Amino acid sequence: MSNQVLHALYDDDDVLLKAVKEVREQKHHIEEIYTPFPVHGLDRAMGLDGTRIAIMAFIYGCIGLGVAITMINYIMIEDWPQNIGGKPSFSFLSNLPAFVPVIFEMTVFFAAHLMVITFYMRSRLWPFKEAENPNPFTTDDKFLMEVEINGNEKELTALLKKTGAIEINIPQNYEE
Amino acid sequence: MYTFPNKLKNIARVLMLLGFIGLALGFLGAPKNVAEAKAMAATEHYGEGHGESSDHHEETHVDEFHAEKSHAEETHGSEAHGQEESHDSSHDEHLLHQLQNKPWAALYVAAFFFFMISLGTLAFYAIQRAAQAGWSPVLYRVMEGITAYLLPGGIIVIVILALSGMHFNHLFIWMDPEVVAHDKLIAGKVGFLNLPFFLGRAVFFLGGWTLYRYFSRKFSLAQDEAKDISNHKKNFRISAGFLVFYIVTESIMSWDWIMSIDPHWFSTLFGWYVFASMIVSAVTAIALITIYLKSQGYLEFVNDSHIHDLGKFMFGFSVFWTYLWFSQFMLIWYANIPEEVTYFITRIEDYNITFFGMVVMNFLFPLLVLMNSDYKRTNYFIIMAGIVILLGHYLDIFNMIMPSAVGDQWFIGIAEIGGFLFFSGLFLYVVFTELTKAPLLAKGDPYIGESERFHY
Repeated sequence: MSNQVLHALYDDDDVLLKAVKEVREQKHHIEEIYTPFPVHGLDRAMGLDGTRIAIMAFIYGCIGLGVAITMINYIMIEDWPQNIGGKPSFSFLSNLPAFVPVIFEMTVFFAAHLMVITFYMRSRLWPFKEAENPNPFTTDDKFLMEVEINGNEKELTALLKKTGAIEINIPQNYEE
Repeated sequence: MYTFPNKLKNIARVLMLLGFIGLALGFLGAPKNVAEAKAMAATEHYGEGHGESSDHHEETHVDEFHAEKSHAEETHGSEAHGQEESHDSSHDEHLLHQLQNKPWAALYVAAFFFFMISLGTLAFYAIQRAAQAGWSPVLYRVMEGITAYLLPGGIIVIVILALSGMHFNHLFIWMDPEVVAHDKLIAGKVGFLNLPFFLGRAVFFLGGWTLYRYFSRKFSLAQDEAKDISNHKKNFRISAGFLVFYIVTESIMSWDWIMSIDPHWFSTLFGWYVFASMIVSAVTAIALITIYLKSQGYLEFVNDSHIHDLGKFMFGFSVFWTYLWFSQFMLIWYANIPEEVTYFITRIEDYNITFFGMVVMNFLFPLLVLMNSDYKRTNYFIIMAGIVILLGHYLDIFNMIMPSAVGDQWFIGIAEIGGFLFFSGLFLYVVFTELTKAPLLAKGDPYIGESERFHY
């Protein structure tokens, strides 16, 4: 991104939430916010779209369900029918109750793991990845708001000061 | 203050009237003697009404049992079993008892179902109180309204139990000394399953629940005008105590009032299973009544986040119910012990539609409809899922009671529908009358502010 940005540091989540609303009212574009913990209502205040991971979770669950049914049908009925506890092993349906726990677990397994993997990929996170956050304080107790500058630096700085930012600076070697 | 609208009052009255007529027809239509019973079973209406040749199943069933076991595993009308009578006449006698039980069972299923909703609501209410929940105080008055049905509903159930004890019907075969004399298994349970102790327990349980309900309501109303939160604290304490009392008594109640209809059969998680049915029906009833009141312009402080939370509970408890339903089924299916497995054999062979139909209604439908977060905030979806859940859990109770009471002679006919209508009318009448007695906002509750501001 070629745009220059401005970093404003806050030390309270309530102040931050109010600031977000004000900055957005003034039609400034907030690039990103870094917080040490999830701030309730922040996504809504920033105007972010709702997450679509729930839809993916449902699809992953359905995949898990399908895989589990195919798998257990192959293992227990087609490939090597076993007589366990005198239960008929000739048809899938008549043995279904015994398979339900397996099918259930596989559904949950697929939904959970694929969801986590999706989330990591979507957030561009992987093992040994360098942290992207611009200020280490945001892993402690400070909140950082990244606002786009369109040649209105002074006005923006004044506005951010007014909303209670404790520190405002323009990162020098900001890339990406 | 809420006023009971005349329109709704009339609907409740009409439901009660129609239900009463239905029940009366059911009772009048029951056969008086063996000949009538045979004639009835011969007609399409009873024998084939549910799309299965169930007479055939019953026949083979009885034969198997007689061949396999000297003491009859078969649960009902077993008077003739000890004696070496001809098979036919014992079968006819059995049929008569089943058909005579039918209207009684229809009455009992509906009476228990609506009683169960208010008992479940009381438990849910106590959980909110004991947990000092911040989201739900705006719904306290709705819940208190529903629990008003506890006492009348409970008294009706106990009266039916007492009438069974006086041999007006054969719902509980262990109440018949003739049966006990010829049945070693039941005879071994007489220490617990005897009429005085049974009715004594019932009265004690209902007394305990009613007592909690009375004091909790009293403290809740007193808190409205109170300067301090002492009433709230008292309510907290008695709620915690009540929950302990409730889970023990609810469990024993479910053995007594439902499981003992089938005295040879037992399931160790039956109490939980009934509880799951109870709590999901209760949450659904709270949600439906809340949405109704809101649509009438009351409860303006209830927002869609409260409905969302009720929807989550409906969803969660529906899954919980399914978990218990399946756990009970699978263990018995796998172990395949004759005395246990008969329970599911009758249900799968003679009650196939209701037995699996209720799983669709209580699990698949709410699972798919209420899975989406946005749907849980939409009244339309909650109402649709709620109606299906309530009917599904009526069927659940139906499946618990009917197979042991009427065997394959079941039919959802005029008596069953009548019973459902009558008690739904009574339920609505009692609940909405109670709602008029206090402001709909428990304004003195220390958490009421948090609850009004509650958002997701």
